Amino acid sequence: MDEKWIVEVEGMTKKFGDFTAVDSISFRVKKGEIFGFLGANGAGKTTAIKILCGLSRPTSGKVTVDGLNVYTQAEKIKEKIGYMSQKFSLYDDLNIEENIRLFGGIYGLSNKEIKEKSEILINKLGLQDVRKELLKSLPLGWKQKLAFSVAIIHDPSIVFLDEPTGGVDPITRRQFWEMIYEASSKGVTIFVTTHYMDEAEYCSRISMMVDGRIAAMGKPSELKKELGVRNMDEFFVKLARSK
Amino acid sequence: MRRIRFLVIKEFKQIFRSRAMLPIIFVMPILQLLILANAATFEIKNLNLIIVDKDHSQFSRDISSKFRGSPYFKILNRTFTNTEAEDQMKLRNVDIYLEIPVNFEKQLIRESSTKIQIVVNAIDGSKGSLAGFYASNIIQDYSKDLSIKYGIRANLISPNTDMKQIDVTYSNWFNPNLDYKTFMVPGLLVLLVSLISVFLSSMNIVREKEIGTIESINVTPIRKYQFILGKLIPIWILGMFELIFGLVIALLIYKIPLLGSPWVLISFAALYLIASLGMGLFISTITDTQQQAMFFTWFFMILFIMLGGLFTSIENMPKWAQTLTYFNPIRYFIEVVRMVMLKGSGFYEVRLHFGVMAFMAIVINTLAVMRYRKTA
Repeated sequence: MDEKWIVEVEGMTKKFGDFTAVDSISFRVKKGEIFGFLGANGAGKTTAIKILCGLSRPTSGKVTVDGLNVYTQAEKIKEKIGYMSQKFSLYDDLNIEENIRLFGGIYGLSNKEIKEKSEILINKLGLQDVRKELLKSLPLGWKQKLAFSVAIIHDPSIVFLDEPTGGVDPITRRQFWEMIYEASSKGVTIFVTTHYMDEAEYCSRISMMVDGRIAAMGKPSELKKELGVRNMDEFFVKLARSK
Repeated sequence: MRRIRFLVIKEFKQIFRSRAMLPIIFVMPILQLLILANAATFEIKNLNLIIVDKDHSQFSRDISSKFRGSPYFKILNRTFTNTEAEDQMKLRNVDIYLEIPVNFEKQLIRESSTKIQIVVNAIDGSKGSLAGFYASNIIQDYSKDLSIKYGIRANLISPNTDMKQIDVTYSNWFNPNLDYKTFMVPGLLVLLVSLISVFLSSMNIVREKEIGTIESINVTPIRKYQFILGKLIPIWILGMFELIFGLVIALLIYKIPLLGSPWVLISFAALYLIASLGMGLFISTITDTQQQAMFFTWFFMILFIMLGGLFTSIENMPKWAQTLTYFNPIRYFIEVVRMVMLKGSGFYEVRLHFGVMAFMAIVINTLAVMRYRKTA
């Protein structure tokens, strides 16, 4: 395996009965990059991301994450990845500290590490005053930032973000991307799906999924030039309509 | 191990934080025990009775007063004709009527034999047969009085004229006073603990599926058995607590005897809870919503409760139903609880029950762990 690539996908297909959600896609993600995974609703993004996280088995194709095979080493993969879904998925009836402690504990952090990390994390997010509040009383933007922090609490080599900024206000979205950049600068590979085309511009490379296939892939600037569009919005509309 | 500890702590926090859960776990079962122990009885008191007295003699009045003195009967009326009694029976105002024929006293004195007719409303079969049984007991008792007071050796019930009466005396072993609470409370305790544990475990995991938090768990390197133990240990502890709590109530409030060792009971309960939690868990792996889990759980629990031997005795069931009860964990628990509490059985006497329950616990939990998938 080439050391450069953290995700390698070749001919990955996922079928649900007669319906083909992901149709033999191939792509590779470089270590340390921010990889944008774009596509219209129902294009198959979430299905693909679930396969990469070991939540779902591909029907066929070769898929490795950090050199590990998703068919046989899914549980090993789970130690090395972080995942955050469009649906908020920390525990609403636990408070901030308890959520951090729970997931820290699950990922095998020592009590000391959990303590240190909680302090850093809570201070960084400015949640000192609400650390004992149940999550259900917090606004969505805060919760999503917390969920991202928890997803990378065990210093994974790659983190998968499935529409992390859905339903979040522009300021929080900005802060969220700052957090992504910070994680990326520490060497965490980011694999992110989004509907916001301005966010696509922040990515080192993007791929565009249409109807279960990858329609385009490359650096945002190159792709715009290639298709002769001014911005990513036009790029998205052009590709999504071209079917 | 450490992971499981984190999960157990999380589970306890969630349970104790939920305002709806606490009363469900702690208050409701105790209320049910208090209410059901007094309401769910097979004993029938205050049966409505009409005496049709066509004789108007000293003897017929004596019989009436015997019935009046019994706690099982309430005399609604004394009439002289059958018409009113029959009308009341049709209106369902009366459970039983007694017809004392003309010349009752004369025949008794002259021939030492006569007949009393007991007419029973048998719409509710078991109530009807009990009413008949109580009534004939009282009449038999009266015939004994007659022989003592007047030297009349009478046979009032059976038509055969053999004067040698056979007295049937009962002695009820293990529950000498036929106290229904002694009989019911241990069984009710079993039902309550079963309901709580199976419902809690079946709903709990499905709830995480519904909310979506299960995905956050499934994407971590947590092992299936770790997750499942993290779920089951807290509910197991609650179940044990509940059982012991209920047991104390049974002993203190209802003065139910506990002849055997409480440790036999508690260790069997521990095993039983593992089996019933496994069942809840299995249900949660085959359902997607709490609603589905609820219906599934109800379906099984109703069957298990009805075939558990508490409300209808297993010996009276048809053969095929009796066979079914061998697959019913509640049946074994009820038997063990009764054997240990009322009969004083030790571990040796219930070893078979332990064996069967261990087998059930292993099978159902293995199925559940196999069925639980971290991948969709």
